[in-house]
Amino acid sequence: MSVAIAGAAECDLGKTGKTVLELQTQAVTRALADAGLTLADVDGIATNGISRFSATQIADYLGIQPFWCDSTFEGGAVFEMYVARAAQAIAAGQCSTVVISYASNQRSARSRNLTGVYTEGTPEASWEEPFRPLYPISYYAMVAQRYLHVHGLRRADLAGVAVAARARAQRNPAAWTYGKGPLTVDDVLAAELISSPLGALDCCLVTDGGGAIVMTSLDRARDLPREPVTVLGYGEKLTHTSMTSAADLLRTGAIDTGQRAFARAGLRPSEIDVVQLYDSFTISVPLGLEALGFAAPGEGLGVTVPHNTTGGGLAYCHPGQFGVLLLVEAVRQLRGECGERQVPGAATALVHGTGGILSSHATLILGVDRR
Amino acid sequence: MIVIQKCLACDRWQHPGRPICLTCGDAENLGDAPVTGNGNVDSFTVVHRAAAPYIVARIRLVEGPIVLGHLADNPEPRCDQPVRFVHRDPLPVWIPGHHHPPSTRSR
Repeated sequence: MSVAIAGAAECDLGKTGKTVLELQTQAVTRALADAGLTLADVDGIATNGISRFSATQIADYLGIQPFWCDSTFEGGAVFEMYVARAAQAIAAGQCSTVVISYASNQRSARSRNLTGVYTEGTPEASWEEPFRPLYPISYYAMVAQRYLHVHGLRRADLAGVAVAARARAQRNPAAWTYGKGPLTVDDVLAAELISSPLGALDCCLVTDGGGAIVMTSLDRARDLPREPVTVLGYGEKLTHTSMTSAADLLRTGAIDTGQRAFARAGLRPSEIDVVQLYDSFTISVPLGLEALGFAAPGEGLGVTVPHNTTGGGLAYCHPGQFGVLLLVEAVRQLRGECGERQVPGAATALVHGTGGILSSHATLILGVDRR
Repeated sequence: MIVIQKCLACDRWQHPGRPICLTCGDAENLGDAPVTGNGNVDSFTVVHRAAAPYIVARIRLVEGPIVLGHLADNPEPRCDQPVRFVHRDPLPVWIPGHHHPPSTRSR
């Protein structure tokens, strides 16, 4: 059975003054309305970040008793993982209509912590915490340092990623930096250094926000209001939690997840029209695009495939786990709803989520079932 | 002296230590063994979120394993730079240059 995404929506973004559950309710009900469905249709839920029992919590809050749930928590890649699991559950007949949702109020609640949280008894608490790396920034910073060293590049080259993200956000009225004008490379270089070579403008935003998507069988989705977005392929991989596990900082799990997703979809990178990639930091963009096959190593900064059309985590919204909003934008691009930022005729999209310190990866390839 | 876990069954180093060798699966012949204290900077970052910035680095030991540590006495840190382990208070650090000859003692 083929499975489709039938609805997608953002909750309020930016600085909302709302609770996580209020934002979750917005995300879920707006995505259902987009799909032409109601809470009464939902029999599967995937979410995290609410409480210890996140799926149960949102189910109770919304008066649902689902037959399927997933609260896998492996950082910002999990929403792409949820899509794969939901597709399998729907195909297997365990449930028929799944809502995948996420929301955070981290800007309003001032809950973001730069130093990270170490769990007693883990190797990281013994061997890494004493040296006070920022988590996750210092890991990405070491990846960036290595990337610049190996490829003979400079901080200014990386700064171009932030400049491009800001420019794209000027075509997205929902973006945090919409209307704030362009950035220059000098602006990025002059920003406060956090963990070198990454400065404040190399880092994703800290905002409230979130979103949701609705999944059901392709047959059913064809009877609903929106053009169904089809799940063509996926791949996921977990690689490490420690900052010292990776033998090569520049070879990430995205290499494998991309290959798996492309193999399932029967497509190649040149056949992808638009990419939504988790841009936690400037370095994440060239490194990710290279790993996924859109550029050779060291050439990711020159990639031409349209990507991160919202402005991404760097310039649009970053509510702690950005993966769900990558899905929302991919769906909208495939339906042709993106106005000024629309990639003309986009028929295939690749979505890549990343969690932790490049710890978890999940790639999805989506298509559209044109009427 | 710096010690790292070694599997005497297959002669491989591993860090952090674990109750099983990830190479051969042995759980009976694991122990800590001294290493030279020489390594190379795989990568580093200067953390600016403190009164005094400090340098966190991934050090690739010449024996193979990668460890996290602080670089010190190092005005121009760079990737692939040779460094050596020395004791400091309160935390040990890695300073430029290898021990010559490689020594299992450090001072």
